[in-house]
Order: sequence, then structure tokens, then C-alpha cells
Amino acid sequence: MSIETVLLLIPLLPLVGSAVAGLLRHQVGRAGAHWITILAVAGSTALSAYVAWQVFFNGLPTMDYTVYTWAVTDGITFEVGFLVDSLTALMMTVVTFVSLMVHIYTIGYMHDDPGYQRFFSYINLFTFAMLMLVMANNFLQLFFGWEAVGLVSYLLIGFWFKKETAVKANLKAFLVNRVGDFGFLLGIGAILVYMGSLNYAEVFAAVPAVEGTTINLFGDAQWSLMTVICICLFIGAMGKSAQVPLHVWLPDSMEGPTPISALIHAATMVTAGIFMVARLSPIFETSDVALSFILVIGAVTALFMGLVGIVQNDIKRVVAYSTLSQLGYMTVALGASAYSVAIFHLMTHAFFKALLFLGAGSVIIALHHKQDMREMGGLAKYMPITAATAWVGSLALIGFPFFSGFFSKDLIIEAVHYADRPGAGFAYFAVMAGVVITALYTFRMLYLTFHGPTRMDEETRSHAHESPWVVTIPLILLAIPSLAIGYFTVEPLLFGGALSDAIFVREANDVVANNLAAKFDHGAMAFALHGFMTPVFWLAMLGVGISTYIYLFNPGLAGSLKEKLHLAWTVLDRKYGFDELWQKILAGAGLSIASGLSKGGDRTVIDGWLVNGSARMVGRMSGALRQLQSGFLFHYAFVMVVALVALVASFVLLR
Amino acid sequence: MLDWPLLSLLTWIPIAGAVVVAALGQRSPEMVRPLALIVALVTFGLSLLLYVGFDTSTAQMQFVEKAVWIEAFNIHYHLGIDGLSLPLILLNTLICVLVVIGGWRISDRPHQYMAAFLMLHALMTGMFAALDALLFYVFFEAILIPMFLIIGIWGGPNRIYATVKFFLFTFFGSVFMLIALLWLYLDSGSFAVADLHQHEFGLVPQIWVFLAFLIAFAVKVPMWPVHTWLPDAHVEAPTGGSVVLAAVMLKIGGYGLVRFALPITPDAAAHLDWLVIALSLIAIVYIGFVALAQSDMKKLIAYSSISHMGFATLGMFLAFAIARNTGEMTGAGLGMSGAMVQMVSHGFISGAMFLAVGVLYDRVHSREISAYGGVANTMPWFAMFAVLFFMANSGLPGTSGFVGEFMVILAAFHASFWFAFVAAMTLILGAAYSLWLVKRVFYGEVANDNVASLKDLDAREWIMLTVLAVFTLGLGLWPYPLIELMEPSIQNLVEHIMQSKLG
Repeated sequence: MSIETVLLLIPLLPLVGSAVAGLLRHQVGRAGAHWITILAVAGSTALSAYVAWQVFFNGLPTMDYTVYTWAVTDGITFEVGFLVDSLTALMMTVVTFVSLMVHIYTIGYMHDDPGYQRFFSYINLFTFAMLMLVMANNFLQLFFGWEAVGLVSYLLIGFWFKKETAVKANLKAFLVNRVGDFGFLLGIGAILVYMGSLNYAEVFAAVPAVEGTTINLFGDAQWSLMTVICICLFIGAMGKSAQVPLHVWLPDSMEGPTPISALIHAATMVTAGIFMVARLSPIFETSDVALSFILVIGAVTALFMGLVGIVQNDIKRVVAYSTLSQLGYMTVALGASAYSVAIFHLMTHAFFKALLFLGAGSVIIALHHKQDMREMGGLAKYMPITAATAWVGSLALIGFPFFSGFFSKDLIIEAVHYADRPGAGFAYFAVMAGVVITALYTFRMLYLTFHGPTRMDEETRSHAHESPWVVTIPLILLAIPSLAIGYFTVEPLLFGGALSDAIFVREANDVVANNLAAKFDHGAMAFALHGFMTPVFWLAMLGVGISTYIYLFNPGLAGSLKEKLHLAWTVLDRKYGFDELWQKILAGAGLSIASGLSKGGDRTVIDGWLVNGSARMVGRMSGALRQLQSGFLFHYAFVMVVALVALVASFVLLR
Repeated sequence: MLDWPLLSLLTWIPIAGAVVVAALGQRSPEMVRPLALIVALVTFGLSLLLYVGFDTSTAQMQFVEKAVWIEAFNIHYHLGIDGLSLPLILLNTLICVLVVIGGWRISDRPHQYMAAFLMLHALMTGMFAALDALLFYVFFEAILIPMFLIIGIWGGPNRIYATVKFFLFTFFGSVFMLIALLWLYLDSGSFAVADLHQHEFGLVPQIWVFLAFLIAFAVKVPMWPVHTWLPDAHVEAPTGGSVVLAAVMLKIGGYGLVRFALPITPDAAAHLDWLVIALSLIAIVYIGFVALAQSDMKKLIAYSSISHMGFATLGMFLAFAIARNTGEMTGAGLGMSGAMVQMVSHGFISGAMFLAVGVLYDRVHSREISAYGGVANTMPWFAMFAVLFFMANSGLPGTSGFVGEFMVILAAFHASFWFAFVAAMTLILGAAYSLWLVKRVFYGEVANDNVASLKDLDAREWIMLTVLAVFTLGLGLWPYPLIELMEPSIQNLVEHIMQSKLG
């Protein structure tokens, strides 16, 4: 099998699986659907691993080729094609592996659901779309994958379409993402107009020629073209990767079944924005303004979304806000020009966050779809595997030394520390404060769920037990990389040049090579050991300590703190009012404009006055004219005489 | 077979079929539907021969037929096609088959119903193929008659208002076109479209002629603010009427602009392009908002059609702004291709959406969004099609709805950042009105007994929706064949309109 065939099969297997499981759902049955889709994804995973092995160990050179020509018009060739380099290979492996875990897990989680085949069809379709996104060698296909993952996300958030909250959430997710895509599309338009191509390689080659170009958008003010392009593209990333203020859809997306929260809304799709910026690093490197913007947006998201996580009671929502915060960390890394570190965190986060979500799902199964942590507690003794893996995921999330998240998060903080562009100071503060907050909400969740006194009712408690093996095996398989992948990959990926063929950083901006590499002079082991003595570690321990004191030793304190800090608590509980901003103000204004234009514009002015008005006027005029046609001869004679006199008179007078 | 007079056959076979079907209705009513279907299928099959035999390397007219019609006035029966008309003829013959299948269950005078549709499609084929301006005008006006009957006889309760409005609007516009054509004849001595393309005349008369064409075709497209006949016509029309109206009849306006207004009066078009661009952008945004406020499904889709046709008219008129603002022509062809793709794509998607509403209307007899809710519970397969088509309507990549919009937005960026900015707002508005409808109609708990008793699609509905789904996805995933067909004609058109005719 040639490598091209392998690459083509990787996305096509899940596409075929999706079609079979979805369209022939009655013919293949429940077991048939999960076997077909799981085998398809397993095939993709194996082939992706093979490709990654070829790329990282056998020195397969970067492949950039056309699969088919989509359209040719006006001298522009639109193509569908693959670009396979280290970044693609890494993403393919992560996506297919997490997807495979989620597929297996779904057998247990969706066991009793009537939409079983449909669910498998959707997650297979998602895998196809995500692979098309990461394998793209051009902006057209990127945008296709971008929107296609959005479509599947929409379908899966609204999977339980009878639930009003679910179908509200999926509409919201799609529309908020469309706001981001609006910017994204304009960015793509600018690239085509000024660089004459949509192919990555051609665009990158054209960047130096247009770098100094300025354009004027408002009046005479000149804007740097590259800054405009970068910010437009990044607005797309803000939608997909849920950065403030386009983050509002992600917490609501938790209405979907938990497996997709893990796959789509934590590990893969939401990281598409991060991937996109890293993939387009030759473009983003040209605009310091845009990078500062990215840095600040990421920092705001990392800090403020983490804070909201502290006051959530729904176990999935805690993890969701944690995801927002971690996406903020990745964005901060991008803004600091540490693209490879962002991708590294993307990878470790994919494993440990998928693990945490699936763990939460395991708890939810055990409690018969209860998600409120106030009705949990002490579950560790009923479900030891879930609890143990949740501990692994949590320690990775807070960045405990040696766990995978330690390497990636510590390096993000270090990168920001050395970055010297406007906003870096604030970002550094935000990511440091974020460490305390992350530890606080993570351990709060761990304790409320697995430890302390149980608050379940008797009925629930008597049924609580460990989940079946289809659930626990994926947990264990995800716990392994959550624990170890950072240690083994940090040096080759970041300092060994494994990603250097895909990521471009200007020398002056390159904090990874200039500043971080020195910290690894003595290897990853020394770095991790040193990790126990850094302020970052002690900040995390501070968060853990606070959580431990409040939730294990002094349970009443949480309530009284809530009373005392009522204002702060309300602000967090209301999520800073972003939902109101979007729903009441923006969506409300849109609907008012809509009904105003419909009633005032179309019905009153155009139809009422102009169309029916002219019809009425014709009617009235003809009604008036009809009066003249009285049928009495003396009327006509009279008019004739008067007219004759008038005619003669005018002739005489005007002369 | 390729040397047959295919265009005449395509025009006259369905007309003959219509006559036979209408006559047959009295004596053997059971033959009406199969015969109509056979006629439609034969016509579609013959139109495929056009596709097979079409030479994609030239902008020349192909399959030309020419005969003297009225010698005294130099009027000819002159047919021929190029890359601009062929896709629309194929769309027309395909939709004809679907509409005949769709009207299978009509019980009120089915023979007249079928005859009216066959006649309508025949006339539209003739119109798209006409290369003599007066012949075009005859077909253009004749089309009104069957449509007038379709809405007036098989329409809803308020059909009389709707038909009169529809007729008067179109008639009002076409009077101006007739005057323009007569003036052109007197000035040039010919009704041949090719002669008119080459005819040189001054800017002031060009502007008058252009405005006359614009009024005639803007009503057909329809462009804001002469669009209000369309929602009324759609609401009252039977499902088949709505499908044809949206899928094919609206394209007459766009086709008229590229066949007449642009190439005959390019200097006037260059002078007044701001007007068309402004009206198109208003259509995209204003009508997008209006669609959001609709509570009647057919009205919503009608407004969505107007908004989407705004992309077609926008794409057609970008060339001049691009030339003015950048000094070069890059992007002009892109906009024109995008406009044509948008027209074809809109044919599939809007046709499918009206069919979908028909599927519900046949069962529940209501078009109100509020009469539904949770339809996906009882009609899961239908819901799948509906989500596909409404997603396509909101421009999802991978469906045909994306292709034209994408190309036009990219071309608009060549002309001005702000054109692209306003046009791209459809990304948000289109998704909002399409998916909000999906949410209210298909999702949620079963809303009432009507919904609870719904039966999923029957075989006939499966066929229609599947055919349209295949085209929607096919064109979205691989628009190459369609664009290849049009490309030489589009490049030729763009080059032609950039040359001043002022002499």
C-alpha cells in the first residue's frame, strides 16, 4: 500500500463507517453499528500511528499533494489536498486515538439509548471531519473541516433532541461559531485577494512580499494587512476554541452526551483553533499586534473562566470551565510565539481532559444520570478504577511534576515569562493566578465526587458500582498517556526539532529555543525534580490546600464563604453576564430588527404604501375619472363648451 | 443523436405532451400521470445528451438552430446554448421530473395540472435557449400563463391576490423590456442577441436600456424592493408551483441580466453597478433579517430565496468595481462563476426545502411553524433530509450552498473589504433563520396529536428528496464539472463587458 493510499484511507474509513451505521442503521443493528464504526476508527488509528512512525522515526519528508481538484475558475485552482508533516501526524494520532477510546466507551455509556446507531454514525463522521481539518493543505479544506466538525458538534449537542435545553444549546453553539467563522472567512478572503492562492505553501511563500502592505478600512487610517488577516483568522479560532467573548457556547454544549463532551468539546474539536494558529505560524509571526491580541484574549480566558469553574455544581460544567481555562493557556502560548508548546499542551490536555470527562461520565452512569456534585461524595470506595484514573487526570491538570500536564503547563508559564510583547505582563499574572484556581476547582471536584461524606440518597447509593469494562478500559488507556506522555515527548517535540518542519518562529520571538531549551540541559528528569521547588508548584499546592481544608475538613466553610463573598459569588455564578449579553442583548436586538424590518419595512412601507398603495391609487383615480362618464349628454356638452372657451382664451391671453 | 435538433425537441416534446395529457384527461384519467412522467423523463434524458455533446472548450453557441420566423421584422426562430444557459436547462428538465412525481397525488384535475407543468417547463427551456430577443420575449411572457393558472387553480385560499400580484409585478417589468428591445431593434435593425451584444451605442440610451432590463429582471430575481410578490406567490402556490418558482423561475431574472443587461449595455452597467450591488447587499442583510421574523415556513423559505439570490446579482456586478478599485480583473470571473453556481445550487436547495414543507403540509395542512414541534420523533428520515437541506441553505461547506456564496464573498473582497463584510453576514443570518426553523419544527417533544400521528416518508418522497440530496452534496463536494461547463462562457462574458461600447 502506498503512503498516499494510507493517507486517503485514514479519513475515508470513518466516513464509510458513518454512512453505513447511519443510513443502514436498521440493517446492521446495534452491535453491527458499533463494530463497524469502531473497526473503522481502529483502522484509522493504526494507520495514523504508522504515518506518525514514518514521520518521526523514519524521516518521511513532508508530503504536500493534491487529492482532487475541487474547482478551477478565473485562474484560481481550488483543491482538496493533504499536507502531512510532523504537526499533522501528531494531530492525526491524537485525534484517532482519543476517538477510538471514546468509541469503545460509548458502548457502555449509550447502552440503553434508542439512538445508539445514530450516535456511532455521528462520532465516526466527526472523526472524518476532524481528520480532513488537520490534514488539509489549503484554506478551502480547512474551512470545510472547520464547519463540518461544527455540524457534527451541532448534531451531537442536540443528540437528545427532545430536551429543550439541548436544542437551545446546539443552536447557540452553531450560531456563536458562525460569528467566529464570519471573521475566519474574511481572513481567508483577504489571503486569496492579497496572496493569490489558498494553498498553505504558496501563501506562506507569498507572505514576505505583502508583509509591509497597509490597507485602509475606515477613513484614512492605515492598517497593516497582516494584522487584519491575523485578527480575522483568530476570530475564527476564538469561536471554535471558545475564547472570551465567543466562549458562551461551550459550557452549554455539555447538554450533549458525555462521550462527545470528551471527544469534541475537550480533546479535539475545540483545539482546532489552536491547531490552526500553529499551522499558520508563518502568517501569525508577521504581526506583533495580532500576537499581543491573542496573548491577552488567551490570558483573560485562562483566568476568568477558571474562576467560574470554582462555583459550578454540575460535574460536567466544572470540567467544561476547566477546558475553557486550559484552552486559554494554549492561546497564551500561541500569543507568546511558543506554538510548539501550545501544541504540546494541546496533546497532553487531549489525554487528561478526555480522561476527566470520561471519568465524570463513568460517575454519571453509576448515579443514573445525576450530575450534581452536591448529591455525590465518597464514591471512591464504590468505583475505585474511576477514582484512581480521575486522580491521575486531576494531577495532570494541576501540573503536578512528572505528570504530562506539568511539562506543558510549566513551559507555557515560562514562555510567557520570557515573551516581551505588550500584554505579556498581564498574561504572566493571569497564568500564575490560574495555577491556584486550577488546583482549587480540580480538587474541589475530586473531593466532592469521590471523597468526604456521601450525600447520595439511599436508593442511588445502593446502586452505585464500578462501570463495566468498556468504560474502565478506555479510562485506563487514557490514564497512561496522561501520566507519562509529557515526560517522554517533551524533549524531542520541543527541543529536538520534531515540529520544526511545521512551525515557523522568528528568531527574535523564539522563546522556546532562546530561553526554555536551557532548562532542559540536564534532561526532563532534572526539570521535573526541579519542578517541586518552583513557585508554580507552591501556588498549585496552595490551591490544593485550600480545597482540602474546605471540602475535607471544614465542610461548613464553603457555605459561609459564599455568604461573605456574596457579590463575587454572584458575579461568578452569573458567569460575568456573558450569556445575558449574547441572548438578551445581541440575539434580542437581532430579533427586534427582524420583526421591525418585516412589519415596518416589508409589510407597511413596501407592500402597504408602495404596492397596494399604488393599486389603491389606480382604483381611486379610476373611480374619480368614472364620475366624468356620467352618461348625460348635457354634461359632455358642457365640458366641451368650457374646454373650447378655455382653449380659445388661453390662445388669446398667452399670445 | 447529437445532431438532432435537440433544443427544439426539448421545447416541443413537453408542449406536445402537455396537449396530449390535457386531452387524455377526459377519456383515460389513469394514463395521465404515467404519460406525464414519461414525457418528463424523455425530456430529461434528451437534455443529458446536451451535456454529453457540449464542448467545454469554447464560448461559442452550440446546438444552434435558426430559421426565419417573421421576415419583415428580421425575427428568427433561433435557438442555441452556451455555458450560461446549459446548466439552467439541465436544472429545469430535472426539476420537471421531480415536480411531476411530486404532483402524483393531486386529485383536482390532475390532467390540467400535469399539462400546465409540462408547458411551463417547455417554455422555460425555450426561453433559456432563445437567441433571438423577440423569441426570448415571447417565451418570457408565455411562462406567466401556466404559472398564473397553477397558482390560481391549485393554490391556497388567498390565491387570487397572489396571482394578480405575481402577474402584475412581472408584467410591469416586462413592458419596459419590450420597449427596450423595440428601441434596440430600431437602432440596430436586428433582434438577434449576438447582434445586440455587438451593437454600439451611446451612454445615455444605454442607461435607459439598462434600467429597462434591470426593472424587468429585478422583478423576476426578485431583488429588493420589488420582491414582495414572491412570498405571497409561494405561500399560495401548491408545492409543485413553489418548487418550480424557486428552483427555476427565479433564475430567469439572473439569466436575463447576464444574457441581456450586462453584455448589451456594459457601459451603463459599469455606471450603475453601485445600484445593483447596493440592492444585492440590502437583499442579503435586510431580507435575511425579515426571514428571521417569519412564522410561516413557506414565507421564511421565500425570503431566504430572495436573500440567496442577492449573492447571484452581487456576483454578476462585481467586475466593474473590481476593475475600478484594483485596476485589474482578478476576481471578476470568480464573482460571475459564483453567481451562476449560486443560481444552480439555489435551484436544488430551495426546491428541496419547498418539497420538505410540502411533505409536512400534505400531512398536517399547515405551514405555520407553531403547528409543529418534535417532528424528528415521528419522521426521523425526513428530519435527516430536512437538516441536510437547511444546513445547505445556511451555506455549509460540502453542500452546494457553500460554493456560490464562498466564491462570491471572495470575489467581493477583491472589490472591497466592506462588500465582503456585509455579504458574509449571511453566515450568521442564514444559519439563524434556517436552524431556528429546524429547532422549532423538528426538535423538542412531540408538540401535538398531528405530529404524533405523522408517518415517515413514502417511496415517492424518498425519491424526490434523495435526488436533490445527491445533487446538493455532489455539487458541494465536487463543483468542478459544473464550473468547467460554464468557464469559457463566463470568461468570454467578463471580457466582453469590460470593453466599452461607446466607440
